[in-house]
Amino acid sequence: MSELWQLSVAEASGLLGSGEISSVELTESVLERILEVDDRLSAYITVTADVAREQARAADLRIASGNAAPLTGVPMQIKDLLCTDGVPTTCASRMLAEYVPVYDATAVARLRGQDAVLLGKGNMDEFGMGSSTENSAFFPTKNPWDTGRVSGGSSGGSAAAVAAGAASFALGTDTGGSIRQPASFCGITGLKPTYGRVSRYGLVAYASSLDQIGPMARTAADCALILQSIAGHDPMDATSLPDPVPSYYDNLNGDISGLRIGIPDEYFGDGMDPGVRAAVESAIDELAGAGADIRRVSLPTTEYALACYYIIAPSECSANLARYDGVKYGFSHQGDGDMWQAMERTRQDGFGPEVKRRIMLGAFALSSGYYDAYYRKAQQVRTLIRQDFARVFEEVDAVAAPVSPVVAFPIGERADDPLRMYLVDIYTLPVNIAGLPAMSTPCGFSDGLPVGLQLIGPHLAEGNLLNIAHAYQQRTDWHRQRPPL
Amino acid sequence: MPIDRSQVEHIAALARISLTEAEVEMFGRQLSDILDQFEVLQNLDTERVAPTAHVAGLDNVLREDEPSDSLDADQSLLNAPLRRGNFFQVRAVLDE
Repeated sequence: MSELWQLSVAEASGLLGSGEISSVELTESVLERILEVDDRLSAYITVTADVAREQARAADLRIASGNAAPLTGVPMQIKDLLCTDGVPTTCASRMLAEYVPVYDATAVARLRGQDAVLLGKGNMDEFGMGSSTENSAFFPTKNPWDTGRVSGGSSGGSAAAVAAGAASFALGTDTGGSIRQPASFCGITGLKPTYGRVSRYGLVAYASSLDQIGPMARTAADCALILQSIAGHDPMDATSLPDPVPSYYDNLNGDISGLRIGIPDEYFGDGMDPGVRAAVESAIDELAGAGADIRRVSLPTTEYALACYYIIAPSECSANLARYDGVKYGFSHQGDGDMWQAMERTRQDGFGPEVKRRIMLGAFALSSGYYDAYYRKAQQVRTLIRQDFARVFEEVDAVAAPVSPVVAFPIGERADDPLRMYLVDIYTLPVNIAGLPAMSTPCGFSDGLPVGLQLIGPHLAEGNLLNIAHAYQQRTDWHRQRPPL
Repeated sequence: MPIDRSQVEHIAALARISLTEAEVEMFGRQLSDILDQFEVLQNLDTERVAPTAHVAGLDNVLREDEPSDSLDADQSLLNAPLRRGNFFQVRAVLDE
């Protein structure tokens, strides 16, 4: 008999609802799994075992009373960039190492409202800035498929935990690929929703026009169940969209016959790992076999996305992170000096190198004399990138491409070369720039490491993307492969 | 475009971050390399392109101006590094 920690969210939800298992049993099984594997993975910054046990008991009472919601009693990890009331939220930064929020992020509150069980907080690149989780101020998260390699980032702790069975699902965040790329590297399914689909209230801000919260789980069906639980308008986030939230899970039918799927030439360029190319191409064949109408399309502005992103995101970062002044909350330099010196020392000691690099890059791009050449130019290019996608989505219903040109790389390999690290995300950045929804689903292996297929849709096409991924997962078993831990 | 040491120091001052000698050297080199990559944007003619303000086209999101509860003083000050009474304690802002 398989262990309870191996259950998908949908399976667990069914067994909990029918009374075949209890949330206490399921939660204990996952907590034991965390003890078993997390000293090798470092996927968690904080484990909230006591909170989890208490919530599991409450969930069992709710199920017994007949008022269960789909995620009632299901144990989850939350990326440590999302505020959790009374539970430390460090953002993997020395700056917030001791910060304890007094409120929940809206997405977290909605899951707590269903009595989902909080296992703890996921490791990540500091403030979400990175592609490998090596920028965590505490420790890197290792890849469950090969612990000498990175888990991807920035939501690496979430991806590793879900892949290893150390959480039934997780909430991650994606500013330039931070859900999709670690999902790809660890062999799980992740969804970055349309900008505004999920409230950002309580998501510690990195780049506000790009950030989105989304589900990370082992199947597309699980992502559907989680997304419909967290999506929807929130008066606390003026950028959240008013559109009604469909029942993504009930709408899954696995039928993609006649659906037009575009393959952009620009996403299969030089520098791509041949194993990644082979896996993605065979996944596209599989989609064709399921009846999809595969067409070649062109997104010529793709080559400008990296520069566009690394102007816009750091600019917003430099503005957002100006709040860390050592006065209201967070780390505070207490040595000698006047107010300005104390602030400058607080920021010197509180931020890690990548965060400082992006703050400085942004401060430069926004500074007098350079604003037009960099920030304004990037926002104009952003318009061109959006127009590119809009034109393609007149011809096709979705786009299929690799998530990353590479698979999980050895820890330390790219850590000293920021530009080389940034290139890992060239196929995920354009999606955030255009505010589109996109997914990653496992589609094979290269040298024993998972490869992810990326599916990109027009605004609010999450339902379509989930159904394509679901259809693919019904025909293949890549998403069922588990790391040997 | 090369970023020299005085520019690094200027940017660090704008960002209110003090840097070590090693960081000034490292950031100067890395920022120069990154800015070189940005040159590619000059290949695109954006003369008549409006900058993006919001990807989903939302604008002027308003609500009724109704009073409601917010965090109380203890909650607001819970994470304050230094507190005096119901205030955040800060260093002197004005010269004597």
